[in-house]
Amino acid sequence: MNAARPTTDAALQRPASPLALFIAFSLLALQGFGGVLAVAQRELVDRRGWLSRTEFVELYAIAQMLPGPNVVNLSLMIGDRYFGWRGALAAITGMLLAPFLIVIALAASYERLAEFPAVAGALRGMGAVAAGLILAMAFKMLGTLRGNLLGPWLCALLGLAALVAIAALRLPLAWIVIGLGLLGWGLARWRVAALDAQAARRRDADVKPQSSASGGKPGSQP
Amino acid sequence: MLNTLPAGDLLDLFLHFLMLSLLSIGGAMSTAPEMQRYFVVERGWISEADFTTAIALAQAAPGPNVLFVPVLGFQAAGLPGAAAALVGILLPSTLLSLGVSRWGASRRDTPLVRAFTAGLAPVTVGLVFATGWLLALPFLGDPTHRNGALVLIVLTALVTLKTKLAPIWMIAVGAVLGAVGLA
Repeated sequence: MNAARPTTDAALQRPASPLALFIAFSLLALQGFGGVLAVAQRELVDRRGWLSRTEFVELYAIAQMLPGPNVVNLSLMIGDRYFGWRGALAAITGMLLAPFLIVIALAASYERLAEFPAVAGALRGMGAVAAGLILAMAFKMLGTLRGNLLGPWLCALLGLAALVAIAALRLPLAWIVIGLGLLGWGLARWRVAALDAQAARRRDADVKPQSSASGGKPGSQP
Repeated sequence: MLNTLPAGDLLDLFLHFLMLSLLSIGGAMSTAPEMQRYFVVERGWISEADFTTAIALAQAAPGPNVLFVPVLGFQAAGLPGAAAALVGILLPSTLLSLGVSRWGASRRDTPLVRAFTAGLAPVTVGLVFATGWLLALPFLGDPTHRNGALVLIVLTALVTLKTKLAPIWMIAVGAVLGAVGLA
């Protein structure tokens, strides 16, 4: 493995085996305090050159669209790409096994130590930080809605509906995801159709001046 | 706090997580409010404080934050609960992701898929806001630590949004402040 060096598409490396995937993802996960994504990009793209940055962003976009934790989906796809289901298994095990053991050990220790006010206090403080981290994540996600084809009002409506439904009304998640999801999907499909029609009309308008200059030949429309 | 659950409840837990797996578009954090509703409110298997602990531990510990899920399972039912929760939350989404990445990824730009991602995105954002809100809420009702906690929450959010400071430092600060009773 080379240390950090410029990675062009032509110079991409590949993992040597499923075991290499497992080790790489384990090391990566163990560095990921508070979240693994940034470490994943640094390791897989910058340091090891297993993916180009473009590929990483692409795969992550797909991972986000799918149900399941984003980095876990990402590791699956990367592992699958190199060694099929064995690679996927190696990657996901690497991503989760050691961290799982650590976090369960922490949970078990906490059970025992929770009676000490300092320990309970520490967890409480970390809980406050966790709330802040998640709110920050929510605000960052808000930024990604900027280019959403639904437009700001529909996005705000759907987002607020989801927030109220789950936080205030405590409705089951299934109702919200399926109900609002279908609504959002329907609205978006309608918007996509409207936008495509608009684009088609614009294309027609661009072609028209030429065809009218040449006498409006029939069949010159795209 | 360390409980076990009868086999029937354990199965119910597993099945519930299987369902949540399919609903967890945008990650496990969007399903956290539902898990709190199920574990704390509906079933009473763990306390509100336990739930916050699970999220905090998963954020503090290395690895994907989805690991708060097996902690919830562990709190409710020990190691079998942890295993059931983890496998439950991952199995359906994993199979689906593998399937889609092999056979469907190339069709990302069809109008149907574009509409799907666009339509669901604001819902997911709303859900993550809900998670943040639900995690902050208990602190509002805690008169001793309310002010310190609120400051910590807001500061953390601001620092995360405005700087590149790694979360681990803020988590450490939170632990110290909480331990001395300031937050």
